[in-house]
Amino acid sequence: MDWVFLSELAINGALTGLLYSLFAIGLVLIYKASSVPNLAQGGLTMVGAYVVLALSHDAGLPLWVAIPLGAVIMFALGFGIERVALRRLAGRPVVMILMLTLGLDIFLRGTTLAIWGGTSRSMELGVSYEPLFVGDIFVSRIHLVGAAVTIAFFVAFMLFFRTRTGVKLRAIADDYMASWSVGISVERGVGLSWALASVVALGAGVIWGEIQGVDQSLSLLLLKGLTVAVLGGLDSILGAVIAGLILGIVENVGADFLDPLVGGGSRELIVAAVLILTVMIRPHGLFGRHDIERV
Amino acid sequence: MFYRLSGVHHADYVSDTRIFKLPADRNLAAFIFLFGLVAPFIIPSLYLNSYILPWLIWTAAALGLNLVTGWAGQLHLGYAAVMAVGAYSAIHAARFGIPWEFALIIGGLSSSVIGSLFAFAALRVKGLYLALTTLAMQFVMDWVLTHSPAITGGSHASLQSPTLALLGQDITSDAGYYYVAFGWCVLVTIFMLNLKRTGLGRALVAVREKDFAAAILGVNSFYYKILAFATSSFIAGVSGALLIATFFFLAAPEQFSVNVSIQVLAMVIVGGLGSVIGSYFGVALILLVPGLVNGLVVAGSAGLGTQINVETLAHIPNAVYGALIVVVLLIEPLGLGKLYGNIRDYLMVWPFDQLRK
Repeated sequence: MDWVFLSELAINGALTGLLYSLFAIGLVLIYKASSVPNLAQGGLTMVGAYVVLALSHDAGLPLWVAIPLGAVIMFALGFGIERVALRRLAGRPVVMILMLTLGLDIFLRGTTLAIWGGTSRSMELGVSYEPLFVGDIFVSRIHLVGAAVTIAFFVAFMLFFRTRTGVKLRAIADDYMASWSVGISVERGVGLSWALASVVALGAGVIWGEIQGVDQSLSLLLLKGLTVAVLGGLDSILGAVIAGLILGIVENVGADFLDPLVGGGSRELIVAAVLILTVMIRPHGLFGRHDIERV
Repeated sequence: MFYRLSGVHHADYVSDTRIFKLPADRNLAAFIFLFGLVAPFIIPSLYLNSYILPWLIWTAAALGLNLVTGWAGQLHLGYAAVMAVGAYSAIHAARFGIPWEFALIIGGLSSSVIGSLFAFAALRVKGLYLALTTLAMQFVMDWVLTHSPAITGGSHASLQSPTLALLGQDITSDAGYYYVAFGWCVLVTIFMLNLKRTGLGRALVAVREKDFAAAILGVNSFYYKILAFATSSFIAGVSGALLIATFFFLAAPEQFSVNVSIQVLAMVIVGGLGSVIGSYFGVALILLVPGLVNGLVVAGSAGLGTQINVETLAHIPNAVYGALIVVVLLIEPLGLGKLYGNIRDYLMVWPFDQLRK
């Protein structure tokens, strides 16, 4: 057993896992506020990446202008989606809401590709691809940057949930009927959660766009993001971060063991297995709230 | 106006348990059935085999998913995987030399067995978590299909379907394929129409509304959930096999990928949960309209004298398909079947609407 190699796998897996967390945080934000599983997060991530690309490459803005401007656009887009689509289906059975977000996902993907085309383009963030060695261990720089972005988002949300608006969001997440009765605007809170999730999607889109190119494969992150969100508990941001670390390590190390046995491509299998096992054994995840159903 | 009724009034139980409560509905169904029988003589075979035939087979498949999602209330995002099981086992059986009649039944039964595995997820969780589990199972099935050359010939390979033959007759003509699809769709439709008249259908609805409450009333929700999954998987398996045998002729793993699962669910939900006529509308809308819109865009751009990027054109159907789902759900969350029902109920008593108000 080569321990250096194993720890290299684990560390790089953990960094990739934190990038899954970045995606999952968006899912968690919306689920927390409105119990809506947002399957359109993949589509939003793609839109985010393309918006930044359009602003920086097509319009020629520098990245430090393009990304904040993109965040503002995504914020408005998230708010708009909630206002136009989700609010009208509030309180409907989960199957319809699920289908609505799937429809949104397909629509966002189709529209983005119809406007900007499907050829893969690179983000060109300017992060160097020089290998970085920590001791004997090789670490990818862009993954390190991405992990830092995830941690930054996580800390920002932890602080945000201590502000007055954040407390309102927490109240909505806890019991929206009670929040309504004390005068909190639940609609605006849910809209805000969509807007924030869209901004997170932009972050995920930029980082993943740099890693694997901006094309429609960005929306394939959905299964991994969902697995991370479910493993961490669908309503826990801390859970999403920790579950991301776990899934990243399990996936990277497990794929190394399994690939020679099954002839490659076992990553998807591991992710699907983790999702199935989580739901079967502990549906509310590691840190999620366990709801009791009454007849 | 069309119905000349003042409302639906049942005087005895027999009339209450009829499939078609209105003579006009029965006549309409009989007319459509007859039209379906003579369609090959009226409709050019291009339209018959490239639009109507897939529409009929997908409708049969969607009705199967409607059984488990609309009637039994269990979310299922792995339906295409179950169809794949049926398609591959039927084709392998047929290639092995088993007559097609039995090959189709083998396909259906093997789908039932695999589909019942999905039911074990349904016994533990429901709602969103069930959807996620079945989605994960779909990914597992995709992976198995693309990584087992023994079944599919590997990820980029395709499997040729042998010539379809039923009752000793080789079926090779366009009309023949159409009649096979038509017959299967009619069978499934009759089954689904009768479902709500049986104890099974009522038990499924009870499980859908609240499985705990159904259990308290003595409905074994465990048993009925498995039964619903097994039955719908049988329909899925045979539909998948027929789809390959009469439409694609080649089986490839991409034909049963996760997108197809989402597409069938979209057909069912856009059509209306638990609505038989709705499934016909939903399949037509999801399957045919994106292509039509693309044709309109091409014609429109040619008319305006502008040139549309090929890549843009390739992605417009997808955008339209997503938009259709969103728009239909926003207009009427219960789907096209409910819209049809509203119009029908309005016209039913139209000049004399003492039923309403």
